[in-house]
Amino acid sequence: MSNLNILPVLAAAILAGSLSANIVHADDNEKGSRGKYSGENRGKPLQPAQNNAKFQQECSSCHIAYSPGLLPAASWRKMMTGLDKHFGSDASLDAQDNKEITDFLVKHSSNRWSATTAPLQITESVWFKRKHDAHEINPVVWKNPQVKSPANCLACHPQAERGNFNEHDIRIPK
Amino acid sequence: MTTKLFTATLALMLVSVLTAQTVRAETPNEVLISLHKEAAGTPGFQNFEAARGKILFNTKHGNDWSCSSCHTDNPSAQGKHAKTGKIVAPLAPSANAERFTNPKKVEKWFKRNCNDVLGRACTAQEKGDVLSYLLTIKN
Repeated sequence: MSNLNILPVLAAAILAGSLSANIVHADDNEKGSRGKYSGENRGKPLQPAQNNAKFQQECSSCHIAYSPGLLPAASWRKMMTGLDKHFGSDASLDAQDNKEITDFLVKHSSNRWSATTAPLQITESVWFKRKHDAHEINPVVWKNPQVKSPANCLACHPQAERGNFNEHDIRIPK
Repeated sequence: MTTKLFTATLALMLVSVLTAQTVRAETPNEVLISLHKEAAGTPGFQNFEAARGKILFNTKHGNDWSCSSCHTDNPSAQGKHAKTGKIVAPLAPSANAERFTNPKKVEKWFKRNCNDVLGRACTAQEKGDVLSYLLTIKN
């Protein structure tokens, strides 16, 4: 009888142990109940090996085609249903192209984003802000007209269009 | 059942023929002709005027941008997106042979840019005026 009583407790303890192990693993040395960057972490890889021609063509007309892994699926869905008012500009697509690109973005969205947040601006996410805060980058850099805006990845990440934001490839304009 | 299948096949064929037509490459003049046909149906229409198109192109219409904000006031030159700074290839067909050769693309960009510049869709008259203006530009 007493043995039977102990079973559920034991099971609960094992479950709790494995859950906390998971959390520590996801945390990657940083505190937070949702994992690294409070759950607002970019995906890995940022760009799939196989690209989509329509995505490449349409999303790079006015800016670089930002890698799908930079935002979670919910962000891309929201983005793609509001293209007629896309950051103050009409970027609407026909239904067929919209669907193809949405599917591509959602499929390759961040696989490490556990928060329920879904920002439309990549620069609003916790990982972005942490990686570009005053400890990382001298605030003077943002005032450089060549940098123009934090949305202008290419200013310092020459290979941003290929989804390469590797620290070693950063070139901050003087 | 067979009739239904036949109708469905016919509809499918028609759709593919229509789709093929909309993505078929045309010349800027052919685009202008179809705009002319569209405009001709509106009351009071007389003709397209390059001079009117030039004014429309270079003027703001209540919003922050004019066409020239991104395309510059010289459509045969390279432009720059007013917000992102992305390079915009020349718009005048004499400077860029790709321009106004894909009706689907023409429709897409007129819709977007007219919304941004005028806050509404452009009329066939307005589109025709602008294209007429662009066609007067010699590289």
